[in-house]
Amino acid sequence: MQNVPSHTKARHFGMVIDVDKCTGCASCMVACYSENNVSFRDEESAKMLSLNWITVYKLTNGKPFPDTEVCYLPQPCMQCDGKEFGKPPCVSVCPAVATDFDWPTGIVSQIYTRCFGCRYCMAACPYHARQFNWWDPVWPADMEKYLSPNVSARTRGVVEKCTFCYHRFQLARQKAYHEGRSEDIKEEEYQTACTQACPSGAITFGDLDNPEHEVYKLKQDRYAFRLLERLNTNPSVYYISKRKWVHRMADNYLEGEVPRAFAEKEA
Amino acid sequence: MKIDRRCFLSLAGGLVVGHLLSPVPWKMTDDIAIWTQNWPWTPVPEDGPVSWKETVCTLCPGGCGVKVRTIKDRVVKIEGKEDHPVNRGSLCPLGYASIQYLYGPSRVKTPMKRTGERGDGEFEPIGWDEAITEVNRKLAALRENGKSHKAACIAGDDRGTVPYLFKRFLEAYGSPNFIRTPSGRDAHETAAYLAQGKTALNVGFDLENATYILSFGCGLLDGCGAPGYQFAAYSRFGEDHTLVQVESRLSNTAARAGKWLPAKPGTESALALGMASVIIDKGLYDRNFIDNHAFGFEDFTDDNGNMHMGFRSLAAEYRPDKVAEITGLDARQIESVAVEFARSDKPVALCGYYESRITADIDKTLAVHALNALVGNINQAGGMFVFPEPEYDLPAVSKDSIASDATGKPRADLAGSGQYPQSRYLLNLLPERILEAGNDDLPVEALLVLDANPVYTLEDSKKVQEAFEKIPFIVSFSSFMDETAKMADIILPDHHFLEGYRDVPAPDGVGMPVVSLSEPVVDPQYDTRNAGDTIIDIAQEMGGDIGKSFPWDDYGDFLEKALSDRYQDMSSNGYVVNRDRVADVADAFETDSGKYEFHPIRRHTPNNGDTEKLPGYREVGIPGGNLNNGVTLVAYKSPRIASGAVANPPFMTKTIDSKTLKEDKLFIQINPETAGNLNLKQGDKAVIETPAGTATVRIDLFEGIMPGLAAMPAGLGHTAYSRFIAGKGVNVNALLRAVPDPAYGMNTAWGIRAQLKKA
Repeated sequence: MQNVPSHTKARHFGMVIDVDKCTGCASCMVACYSENNVSFRDEESAKMLSLNWITVYKLTNGKPFPDTEVCYLPQPCMQCDGKEFGKPPCVSVCPAVATDFDWPTGIVSQIYTRCFGCRYCMAACPYHARQFNWWDPVWPADMEKYLSPNVSARTRGVVEKCTFCYHRFQLARQKAYHEGRSEDIKEEEYQTACTQACPSGAITFGDLDNPEHEVYKLKQDRYAFRLLERLNTNPSVYYISKRKWVHRMADNYLEGEVPRAFAEKEA
Repeated sequence: MKIDRRCFLSLAGGLVVGHLLSPVPWKMTDDIAIWTQNWPWTPVPEDGPVSWKETVCTLCPGGCGVKVRTIKDRVVKIEGKEDHPVNRGSLCPLGYASIQYLYGPSRVKTPMKRTGERGDGEFEPIGWDEAITEVNRKLAALRENGKSHKAACIAGDDRGTVPYLFKRFLEAYGSPNFIRTPSGRDAHETAAYLAQGKTALNVGFDLENATYILSFGCGLLDGCGAPGYQFAAYSRFGEDHTLVQVESRLSNTAARAGKWLPAKPGTESALALGMASVIIDKGLYDRNFIDNHAFGFEDFTDDNGNMHMGFRSLAAEYRPDKVAEITGLDARQIESVAVEFARSDKPVALCGYYESRITADIDKTLAVHALNALVGNINQAGGMFVFPEPEYDLPAVSKDSIASDATGKPRADLAGSGQYPQSRYLLNLLPERILEAGNDDLPVEALLVLDANPVYTLEDSKKVQEAFEKIPFIVSFSSFMDETAKMADIILPDHHFLEGYRDVPAPDGVGMPVVSLSEPVVDPQYDTRNAGDTIIDIAQEMGGDIGKSFPWDDYGDFLEKALSDRYQDMSSNGYVVNRDRVADVADAFETDSGKYEFHPIRRHTPNNGDTEKLPGYREVGIPGGNLNNGVTLVAYKSPRIASGAVANPPFMTKTIDSKTLKEDKLFIQINPETAGNLNLKQGDKAVIETPAGTATVRIDLFEGIMPGLAAMPAGLGHTAYSRFIAGKGVNVNALLRAVPDPAYGMNTAWGIRAQLKKA
């Protein structure tokens, strides 16, 4: 079994998203495209082929007018810990070690130059968080000029996914080393692009294991839940909603079964 | 040797096993993996020194402060600026995607001259000098023929120094036709003129400090108005904040509101008056404001001895049970919201700005302003603000005889005419006027278009297109090849906002008098020029008194002089907030009574036969009213679709979900109940036909929309720009038609009757 490398401080980065606050504006999606050099095509409305690292889904309670309710659920890569810590579903199937669990951060990596496009990881991921480059990305005219040097542009034939803006962690770590703080990266120094972009403040990001970070408190909220929790994938992305129907949509509940957050209340 | 089956199989098996034992398959897999990725055209972005620069986004009227990450001379990322008073770090998807407009195929890269038929989009690049000479030749000829008043300018805004220069140019040239595109400001300006006696003003709502926001259909979280401002306020909502949304469709705003009041569309003024009646009945109004600063609250007798009805009596006609019948809401709910509103710490009621479909319902706007006046929040923190437009201390325009003669000539759009004496701009009437006129009697013979895309954004696009085809000479100042630029004879491309200077005055609906300064963060990428510079060049080349009216070296020189003492602050902070420009409530009103007029006396001016003197509720007529068995088509705003003068960049199209746009097919939302009546199912192909046009759409069943309505997103169906933008969905404006208000001329139609049939 792998051990946590001892020379770096172990962190466990994660996200808490307030579903009741999210307006579905998609600023997070656009900020992510821009931050991570996500390519686009002229036919972006063919959704099966569109690449997104974070997708904002629309949920409806299905009740007739005017009792209808709508919520929006932003879904990045869940950065699962796996049932056995450090073994998320995608990592255990990758034959090329192109995706791996990063022990010092809890982030699931994706190394494009190693990936040869077998797409086992896509099949293994229960969240559809991974996408495949069926075409070479092409930036028309001189749009290549807006590409960031911090994230490599992908090629045809590789899988890509959200990395929690790992390059931002690297930059923050470099800065901390440079300033002689070595491991001391402050909460605000490392934030993902989507967290920063959310204009309604629905996304919170930080070290889930650090009691000083906001996410540490939020993940313990009575109404916090994770997607498909009972698969034991142990996602690092938590959601909060006071709406029972949203909790029901987050997992496959049987009729009459009550989501955890509401079980106690109704018992 | 005979090769039998057994031998063949062992040979084949041996080959397979042998190969697997050798490194060949592994080496080949490895090679294939490398080969599939080894394309020389995969870009490797160049690294370089990183810097962050600050400026202001001008892609919509929101005016958000942004910070821009640059690597060497490349812009790689845009984010919200935390310490900008408008957006306080928030930014909408269009702001984030605006780098896609700095670079890319939609930009007009040099001045262009039309070579093909109008509207074909065939242009050839020409030099700046040649282009300006060409424009001057046409404008000078028109002027010499005594038709200077047939020149016009359509602009996206009338505030700020660049629109000011265009207004000034027309004044010196001799034309009264500076026309602002229709916006939420039209109704607010008129209402504030009637009730508060002010002209040239901004009406804003202090969402930053309000604790109870009663929104009559404003898409606060749907990307309307000043999205950054609204999102910033929403992100800071706590337990003690309430947002109430009145809307017939469960929009993103309604979905996040504490209370959703699904009133029938077009009945908002009745609802506002109903709430006023509850507030007055229960004595919850601000007595100090009513006693000292209000006129026409009680019935009164004028100097001629005529009795007039006051607001109290008017509101009394709108009891909650009657309003419940009109709006389809519950009477107790109307009452409880009214009481909560009046009792809350800092209540504010809003309408008009930020609406999905900009209509100018003066009755509704007056009724909503009256709700604010009732709780006494005018020019108070968390309330409704009225402040004057920025003024510039500049030498007067020098006018020759032609220019002097033009003053007082009727405007091409009929604004300010005997028919619509109290309106400032009526662009919605112009296309019809052009189409009705003979070719030798056109109201507009030369048109300048600044920061606007009327061919796309005006209702009844087909007619607008036909009207533009009749205008002999069109000059576009657009940075992008939009639908209007495509119709132009000459395009004089402006900079992208990241490339040039420009002042950005208080955005629509923002409750503070802020003016920001947009500053270049990169060198111009193409051969473009600031529209301010271009118009100064045109004027100076024309010479005479026109040239004399523009005594500045360039736009930068002019900007510094126009902003005078404010320039320094703006240059160092990026903005100034002139709080001293907000008048104390005692001096706020410039009506004859010097008070806030609940019964606006100015409404007594004969106005095209309109005799309604008080805000009231009148059913707003929509086109195609006699259609049977149809649906009512309404446009809705999505925060993921830019619906203004600037089209949806590819990044935003990427965010649109597959129940709105899929494989370039547009979906319209209808209630399952409506679908049942029309025999339609989810995903069905259908044809929608309105008096203005026909379109093929797909059906999306959505429980959150009122039965009988069909909602279509605004902002799709472009025909210009680039292949990444054009040809996606349907332009809802092509299906809509405006209905002018009888007294004010502005569009009041919130929807249109339509036939929806399975195709």
